[in-house]
Amino acid sequence: MKTFYLRELAHARAGDKGDTNNIGVIAYEPHYYPIILRSITPERVKDHFRGIVKGTITRYELPNVHAINLVMEGALGGGVTRSLSLDPHGKSYSALILTMPVEVPEDIAAELMLKNRKPIEVTR
Amino acid sequence: MSGHDQRKRTLRIGAGASYAGDRIEPATELAARAQLDYLVYETLAERTIALAQMERRRDPEAGYNELLADRFYSALPHCKKTGTRVVTNMGAANPIGAAKRTAEIIRDLKLGPMKVAAVLGDDVLAYCLEHAERLKMMETGKPLSSLEGKIVSANAYLGADVIVDALGKGADIVLTGRGGDCSLFLAPMIHEFGWRMDHWDMLGKGQTGADMVECGANVSGGFFADPGYKEVPDLANLGYPFLEVEADGTVVVSKLEGTGGVINRAICAEQMIYEIHDPANYITPDVVVDFTQVMLDEVGPDRVRISGGRGKPRPEQLKVSVGVLEGWIGEAEITYAGLGCLERAKLAEHVVRERLKIGGVKLQELRVDYLGINALHGDASLPTPGTPYEVCLRFAGRSREKRDAVKLANEVETLVGKGPCSSSIPRKHLREVLAIYSCLIPRSAIKAEVILTEVA
Repeated sequence: MKTFYLRELAHARAGDKGDTNNIGVIAYEPHYYPIILRSITPERVKDHFRGIVKGTITRYELPNVHAINLVMEGALGGGVTRSLSLDPHGKSYSALILTMPVEVPEDIAAELMLKNRKPIEVTR
Repeated sequence: MSGHDQRKRTLRIGAGASYAGDRIEPATELAARAQLDYLVYETLAERTIALAQMERRRDPEAGYNELLADRFYSALPHCKKTGTRVVTNMGAANPIGAAKRTAEIIRDLKLGPMKVAAVLGDDVLAYCLEHAERLKMMETGKPLSSLEGKIVSANAYLGADVIVDALGKGADIVLTGRGGDCSLFLAPMIHEFGWRMDHWDMLGKGQTGADMVECGANVSGGFFADPGYKEVPDLANLGYPFLEVEADGTVVVSKLEGTGGVINRAICAEQMIYEIHDPANYITPDVVVDFTQVMLDEVGPDRVRISGGRGKPRPEQLKVSVGVLEGWIGEAEITYAGLGCLERAKLAEHVVRERLKIGGVKLQELRVDYLGINALHGDASLPTPGTPYEVCLRFAGRSREKRDAVKLANEVETLVGKGPCSSSIPRKHLREVLAIYSCLIPRSAIKAEVILTEVA
């Protein structure tokens, strides 16, 4: 196993409704999808978004497009319209989710490195 | 003009805007070159309508989209030439005012005869105030009557039905207030193909297509580019998308040749999941959409076919956005550069926090960001490698009374001369908090109507 940022395996877009943020995380390749299902769990996301997500995180699966949808309650500082953040909609959270470290099996790691995607050298 | 005798053909619907201040030129280009049957401008976010209501209170003639004239002066001549009908929520808080202005533009450009429809009925402020003790906010579970701030607006999300009604009356331009974003696109499909309003799977297919373009260029290359990972050719010349809809509900999303941007499976997947919660139950006023069987197929350059959307019966109640004045937000920022800049910024933070105490400034919440280090993601940010050469220190505070928000911003401003050395000149900003809450009301509380004007 090697550790990569999620960014090497998936892309993402985040949106808002009230105080809830949702992030669609989509695998670049269908065979990356099981890795995402295994590693991007609500518990790990909650830990990664420490200080940001106050409420529950629900994960929905969309195998038809090799994606998950993370619905994060209490994630927008009390709601888009009351938030003191420079990013009240949490649109930049798509970039934050892609900084999650993900364990990747050797064969897919080799495939990624062929594409010049590098594993994380020092994990925090 | 599109008519019922042509029902079997492909319907072309363009997305000309996806927020109040959206760009003008791409919609005009769609109107000129895309052979559209319909051009849709979606310009209302949750908050926009509440701001528009306040605008209208200050000026009874205002309260509709400020760029309406800019958009229509450039696009309507093309629309008239190609028989393209326009559906838009640019009416915002004042669809009648928007219709009057539109009629002036039509006369000015000598485009008549044209029919302009204003859709009314989304303003449910009176109903919500009357039932404030019974209507519970979806966010908190508490009744509207428990709010400390002043309720300034309440607008229901109307569905496609009333727009279909306006199109049936021959409107060339339909101006609505609050409605479901997707409904603006679904209504022309229902009107042209004669879909039944309770054929849930058909409406689900149509709404799946509508969902693809309701955020405009977000499906054609906008908010997607990530160099080295997701490439978008000629982003500066980004083309806005349009739908090609078949009578069976199959949709292809595409854009004009010669424009920048990209439409592929990856961006369509991003857009499909954008701002939904349970993908099997996406609630719209017209139908509950199920995206879990949707297939995205690249059928040509910048062409993706969307199929497999499904639907379930529409909700019994309609969502309402309630605007509430809840106080003030003061913001200010100051930048330090050079060796020791982070230490000076930290000292500045300490100084401001102490001075807020000395001044007895009452804030409900205070936020301090270091731009370049942790402004967007706080403690979840990856560590910054090395020492930053410059850092911007930002304060934002929310208060009940205006004077406290003002005082916060002033304490940051006076860091020049009274704080650490060697900074930029601070910038400050003050705004009123217009919070949005949601509740549900019965459909029977809505009296939607169409006001049609014939412009000679």
